Amino acid sequence: MSSLELPSSAYPSPTAWGKHLSRRQVVQGGLALGASAVVLGACGSDSEDGSLNPGSASGTLTIGSNASDPDPQAGLVAVKDTFPNKDVEISINTLDHNTYQENINNILQAGEDDVLAWFAGFRNKFFAEQGLLGDISDVWEQSSGLGEGFKAASTASDGKQYFMPTNYYTWAVNYSKKLFAEKGYNEPQNIGELLDLADNMATDGITPFAFANDGQWPIMGTFDILNMRVNGYDFHIDLMGGNESWTDERVRTVFSTWESLLPYHQTGANGRTWQEGAAALETGEAGMYLLGTFAASASDALAADMDFFNFPEIDASIGASALDAPIDGFQMIANPSNASAAKELLLHMSTPAAQDAYLTKDPSVVASNSNANTGTYNDLQKKSAALAGAATGISQFLDRDTIPDFAGECGNMFAEFIEDPSKTDSLLADLEEKKVAIFADYS
Amino acid sequence: MSTKAPTTDPNLSALAEHNDDTPTPATPRGRGGRRYSLLTSSDRSTITAMTAIPAALHIALVWIPALGTFLLSFTNWNGVRWSSLKWVGLRNYKQLFTVFEKDLYESLLNNLWVMLALFFVGTPLGMFIAYILDKNLRGSAVYQSVFYAPVVLSLAVVGFIWKSVMYSPGQGVLNSVLGRTGSGNQIDWLGNPDRVIAVGGEYGLGKNFLALVVAMIWIHVGYVMVLYLAGLKSVDPTLREAAAIDGANEWQVFRKVVLPSMKPVNIVVLVITVITSLRVFDIIDVLNNPIGTDVLSILVTDNILGESGNVGRGSAYGVVLLLVCFVFAVVYLRNAFSEDDA
Repeated sequence: MSSLELPSSAYPSPTAWGKHLSRRQVVQGGLALGASAVVLGACGSDSEDGSLNPGSASGTLTIGSNASDPDPQAGLVAVKDTFPNKDVEISINTLDHNTYQENINNILQAGEDDVLAWFAGFRNKFFAEQGLLGDISDVWEQSSGLGEGFKAASTASDGKQYFMPTNYYTWAVNYSKKLFAEKGYNEPQNIGELLDLADNMATDGITPFAFANDGQWPIMGTFDILNMRVNGYDFHIDLMGGNESWTDERVRTVFSTWESLLPYHQTGANGRTWQEGAAALETGEAGMYLLGTFAASASDALAADMDFFNFPEIDASIGASALDAPIDGFQMIANPSNASAAKELLLHMSTPAAQDAYLTKDPSVVASNSNANTGTYNDLQKKSAALAGAATGISQFLDRDTIPDFAGECGNMFAEFIEDPSKTDSLLADLEEKKVAIFADYS
Repeated sequence: MSTKAPTTDPNLSALAEHNDDTPTPATPRGRGGRRYSLLTSSDRSTITAMTAIPAALHIALVWIPALGTFLLSFTNWNGVRWSSLKWVGLRNYKQLFTVFEKDLYESLLNNLWVMLALFFVGTPLGMFIAYILDKNLRGSAVYQSVFYAPVVLSLAVVGFIWKSVMYSPGQGVLNSVLGRTGSGNQIDWLGNPDRVIAVGGEYGLGKNFLALVVAMIWIHVGYVMVLYLAGLKSVDPTLREAAAIDGANEWQVFRKVVLPSMKPVNIVVLVITVITSLRVFDIIDVLNNPIGTDVLSILVTDNILGESGNVGRGSAYGVVLLLVCFVFAVVYLRNAFSEDDA
């Protein structure tokens, strides 16, 4: 009945049609291979006992991927091509990024894909605790070059690993090198210097911070960093885990700090996309932009001119060594059709060879393996790696560190807060009430 | 199903002439020849099939899911395994009215704004455009296509048009035309939830929701226009002429002659207007559901879909939506049947 069910793009352009076909073929190919893998698995040769013995696996394997953008998609193909065991036939089943995320529950249970692209931390543990993921502790035993921080982010409450991190990026204060050189600005070392810098920018007619919140996730990064600077990493993780109250005085302090910084930000952030925020940084309309380093991907000009600094310390006793650095990687379903091949692939994904191959196609992220080739890194990658390497606490970003439902409520609350900070207390009381209800649902 | 369609059946073609007491020669039924059925056995099986198959589909695809939603609204379930389903009684409903009450009331109110806007603005505007275009203007087909285009466009395109072309704060058409693209000077069309109309202390019609409603009207107008264009074609021109000769002016002809003679179309449009406003979802979703723009269907999908589905709470929202729909369905059916009786 709706107008929207009428045949819409009846005559797509040739390029659109081509893309559509290829994606569909990828999916169908994946389904067919998945089905044949089930048959093979059912035949049950001795080597297919699900143990990890590199080089011994054979048969077919399907990777479920949300890498629908061109660079990550090419990167995954490169990883597949460098897989040394040619007896395993790997197919990649790519879905649109958002579709994939919304349907992950079904994808995990459908059993068509053995190895699935996903995120480290809470969102991986959540499914591990539902019994939907396979234990890959044996893969971790044979891997090397992955730091303790990555292991912690891949470990569920039972102490086993359910995730293989492959790359990450950092959140920091991005700026234009050209603008800083022109105006003689310097990277601030503490909150006082940051405020001075912001005042100078305002005097120069520049909006100190670009600010965008379309989709209600970008400014979660601002909350994360302020909470970690004001209250520290441990409090932040406890708060995300539902173990601290949002009406706590410490949380209130974060919002007071944020409120005092709001006048330095662009107004009308809720309707602005992060790309539009990046455009303000590129044109010099805004001087700084707290966002993931992916901000550089908004335009080639910005990528060439962008640099960043770690958000400076607010409280000297807390320091500035915690930050958001979301880790991407892969997990294995609970009952893969070809467990030995799946584990072999995950082990391969942890190696410098696979990660180097990926980064040649997608240079916006940093390899998780410390032995990966950093020689090809651009300046942003080098700085990201140094920043995360020196960090004492790495969080995954608010919507990866807590129950997704609750992250949505936080996003709403932050959006309302920046519209009218005078409502903070009632907004926080409301959020705490929702937190109790939502966490009770998942306990 | 039998292909012996009623038209080829002598009994049925004779149906009109028969009174109840007239015996049917072809298929006498019943003992003593006192009562006769008008239907052959193949008629019966045809009728049975023609009612049973749609009824079975209707029950399977509408009522069983509806009943399932109702039952699931009393559970706490993440949608993963049946074993994790917990019965929690009325807890979800209690929480809807105590913990999530702001979301619920805001959504109900937003659904109401959409209904009012479509009824008082969108539908009359569509009707007006149809009335003008029915006068065989030059290039009428072009205008029709233009106004109908929003209905046909893919949602991805609709989202792009409103988000990036029209409402974008830095680069959008509206702010450019108004000269409001400068830093600190921009109008945040989709992000600003300040009230245009305040209801109580906390609720009302947000500016950004009004911006979304404009986009909804934009689509609705084209749809209504097409329906009325078809309706206007069926109005007997002699009625208009007669009214004009009697001295009625244009408005009077429309109000007293054209509109009443389009009654079937009016009912269809009314039903579509109500349904559209209750199930509105897509346009809000493609514009990224800014703050303060939740409607019931958004709350349902936000809770049930998504990676950590909360099926119980989402179903409770669904039941609320179902009850609201029931109110309108009952009002509509009562009107429809009371007119049939009259």
